[in-house]
Amino acid sequence: MSETSPSVELLEQVEDIGGAAQPLLQVTGLTKHFPVRGDLFSPRKTVRAVDDVSFSIAKGETVGIVGESGCGKSTTARLLMHLMKRDAGDIVYDGMQVGRALSLRELRRGMQMVFQDSYASLNPRLTIEESIAFGPKVHGMADSSARTLARELLGKVGLRPETFANRYPHEISGGQRQRVNIARALALSPRLVILDEAVSALDKSVEAQVLNLLADLKREFGLTYLFISHDLNVVRYISDRVLVMYLGEVVELGPVDRVWDAPAHPYTRALLAAMPSSDPDNRTETPPISGDPPNPIDPPSGCRFHTRCPFAEPLCANATPKLSDLDTMGHQAACYMAIAGSGHSRAPAKETDKKNDMGVTAA
Amino acid sequence: MSNLVDIRNLNIRFTGERTVHAVNDISLSLGEGEVLGLLGESGSGKSVTLRALMRLLPKKRTQISGTVKVLGRDVLAMNDEELSAFRGQTVSMIFQEPALALDPVYTIGRQIAETVVRHEGKTEKEGLARALEMLEVVRIPSAKRRLEAYPHEMSGGMRQRAMIALALACKPKILLADEPTTALDATVQIQILLLLRELQREFGMSVIFVTHDIGVAIEICDRVAVMYAGQIVEQGRLRDIVRTPVHPYAKGLLASTVHGAKRGQRLETIPGTPPSLDKAPASCSFAPRCTVAQPRCTERLPPNVPVSPGRTARCVLAEPVDAVTS
Repeated sequence: MSETSPSVELLEQVEDIGGAAQPLLQVTGLTKHFPVRGDLFSPRKTVRAVDDVSFSIAKGETVGIVGESGCGKSTTARLLMHLMKRDAGDIVYDGMQVGRALSLRELRRGMQMVFQDSYASLNPRLTIEESIAFGPKVHGMADSSARTLARELLGKVGLRPETFANRYPHEISGGQRQRVNIARALALSPRLVILDEAVSALDKSVEAQVLNLLADLKREFGLTYLFISHDLNVVRYISDRVLVMYLGEVVELGPVDRVWDAPAHPYTRALLAAMPSSDPDNRTETPPISGDPPNPIDPPSGCRFHTRCPFAEPLCANATPKLSDLDTMGHQAACYMAIAGSGHSRAPAKETDKKNDMGVTAA
Repeated sequence: MSNLVDIRNLNIRFTGERTVHAVNDISLSLGEGEVLGLLGESGSGKSVTLRALMRLLPKKRTQISGTVKVLGRDVLAMNDEELSAFRGQTVSMIFQEPALALDPVYTIGRQIAETVVRHEGKTEKEGLARALEMLEVVRIPSAKRRLEAYPHEMSGGMRQRAMIALALACKPKILLADEPTTALDATVQIQILLLLRELQREFGMSVIFVTHDIGVAIEICDRVAVMYAGQIVEQGRLRDIVRTPVHPYAKGLLASTVHGAKRGQRLETIPGTPPSLDKAPASCSFAPRCTVAQPRCTERLPPNVPVSPGRTARCVLAEPVDAVTS
């Protein structure tokens, strides 16, 4: 990959304040409920899209979010980008509370997003060069330097600027468009890039190209990624840590190898077992769980997974299990079977001198 | 094993503002009780091939040549009346988006009953009885209540089950499946795949299954045809192709899966992009992206080389006997 030529002007990155030890992004209690109109005589309902989600992303890390449709992973991304208003929760970017110490305008420079639909996320009336240069110009860059930057970035994402700069989005393929979207996200010199199903719509051979590109760019620009996908193979490949979401809640989180090798939540286990086999002589024989994910409108009480869980016991329907530590490496799960002394018949016995944290709250 | 479907030298070209050579000289056969996978990326011609089998392509803008025989009958020569008897009774199809394929203004029960009445001359009442039976076959819980449900009242997985019930209502000999699990969630996808596998055995039907996902093909197919730029580049038993692909494209496709790749390790990729299909291929379509291409690859069309019994590859590398691994 070519070195940035000295003539190219870059937007200055949002300054690194807290140093490496401070998480780049800290999210606590993030909540978003959408009201839906019921019938004339039925009570108002709410979609509990994201419910009390907390996590942090360290500098230089790649955090994955996995889950099925309706689990709230994309809503989480949109809330982080402030594309929609949250109902509750705090978002802290490098120690700065967004909206107070850090303006929204500054946040957008520090955090950018790539969407799944590569075509819908580009303005069809702008050439590719204009699309990439648009952001820097809004942030005060001169037109000519913004265009130079756009061409430079096109080169970085593997598209020859001479060929592509003056084309329109409909004139290029899906894989090329997604590269343009990545270049556009990088134009503001962000430190965090949110990739929301960014490779899901691509063909397998193109997907591999874009994943390699993302790894190169991460190294070159020192980026931090939040990678959202339903594809477990891709998430395992790219992430350091992973969050598993189910109906708006985080049910398990931890280092990706810990979660994959020793999944603690039955939903994570089901999700992993649902991956198609890669061995023709060893096909999947029984489905890991039955039924569809329930409607996020008025989700089940207690543990939201209890309606599909093979190990559900009465206590699971009564109260929501909290995310609890499983080890010292940051592996956590929200399941009574993983909480010592929770009262679930499969829970490990409580050690007497362990800190008395049952992590149980009444629903 | 007799062949239910026999496709010989099929060419499909779309005309209009620009010409697209969507399918170029494809030959395929489907045996009794067999599941054949058409595996390929978008634009490789897999869905077009499937639609041609049911003559679902727009008449005015499509030029088809070659022969398509189903149960010995020439599908390309059928008139409209013969076609509507043929569709649904001999061959039926399930689609990627059940929400779009089902009629939104009729209940599931009515839609299934209608096919039964139309094809088997049964009464409405008998049709509804069959509908109930079918919903139970595809394991829709509380099937009786679901007969009265409209498509929008069901979840994605249920709708796909309902569409399978509709497709199988007249016990077709052949089921065509066009990416039926692609739009579904992972935990639902595996349920539908296992259901299809079970029903295929139970009904003894033959299936052509179009997919871009190798994992899905592994779960359901006996045999696969790997497609690229409107051609079948390799065809054979699933196990052989997954273990020892011969064609460089099939090799690349299998190698570029993320499955099992180590973090930090670079993924193997196929450089470049598929060709535009505005001209019929005169040489190997994959040659510009192929790392082992030779001068003769760009000179003429590579032959369809038999590699082992039932297995072919359209590549010059498959030609010499000593280069073949089995």
